[in-house]
Amino acid sequence: MSFDQWILALHVLSAFAYVAGMIVFWVLIVAVRKTDTADGTIRMAPVVKVGTIGTGAGAAGTIVFGLWLTFSYGGYDIWNFWIIAALVLWAIAGGLGGQTGKEYQRGMDKARELEAAGQTGPNAELLEINRTQRGLMLHTVASIALLLILIDMIWKPGA
Amino acid sequence: MTSVLASVRPDSWNFPLFVHVLGAMILVGGLLTGASILTFARGDVRFLRLGYWTLLAVALPGYIVMRLGAQWIYSKEHLDDAPSDPTWIGIGFIVADLGALLVLIALIVGGIGLRRLGSGGGQGLLKAAMVIAWLVLAAALVAVWAMAGKPD
Repeated sequence: MSFDQWILALHVLSAFAYVAGMIVFWVLIVAVRKTDTADGTIRMAPVVKVGTIGTGAGAAGTIVFGLWLTFSYGGYDIWNFWIIAALVLWAIAGGLGGQTGKEYQRGMDKARELEAAGQTGPNAELLEINRTQRGLMLHTVASIALLLILIDMIWKPGA
Repeated sequence: MTSVLASVRPDSWNFPLFVHVLGAMILVGGLLTGASILTFARGDVRFLRLGYWTLLAVALPGYIVMRLGAQWIYSKEHLDDAPSDPTWIGIGFIVADLGALLVLIALIVGGIGLRRLGSGGGQGLLKAAMVIAWLVLAAALVAVWAMAGKPD
């Protein structure tokens, strides 16, 4: 394998890590909608970390290795439509992902507050925070942006 | 290198490739999520159920879509007419076929474990399903590397 083939493989592996992290969050989002206890919410924290590492490493890897390939390979230029589209969608997905994280962190913070106060039973306010519609919408739009990047990468419009 | 990156494919190959890659991404995501939840469940029945159902409802459909897409693009590229498969295709087939077997074993073993949770048992079986899921995930990542890098 050439060096560029290795970079391409790492770029694709990063994309898989990114999507895998998003799927981790999808499952947690569905699960947390039925979670009204501090313990049940806090228990998800280690899995949240897995998702965060997946999306973080995936986002960083896709952009770094992707840009490397853009400049390394003579047939592609940074101003190609499909590359610009990918960069814009990547920025949108990353920005929305950050907002989604903040939105769901409110539930985790509330759960820790309840735990510290010794309230272990069901809590309606915690359930309401965990069922955030804004968080769900943000994650949905971020996921659509990633799906569009995949479509863009395969069809390469304008290439 | 040029042939790898340029990827000037006939348009008719794009959709089967999309189906294949999307299925593989869902498979990898489902395996990572299911295995992680089972790993951090620490005996919590709700979490054990969630981990198992993630393998069943996310990883398994992902595998099916990935495998259908793989066969579709394989036939579109007329690789079935070639005298022998390139190394990267060989790796893909081995991982897919062995992975299917292991995923089924994990789901059966985990399913029995899930049924036994009500009577206080089953956690060992779900732990076995978790170990298998991590193994299949590792193998799937090797397959992704081979599919993307296309080693000779």
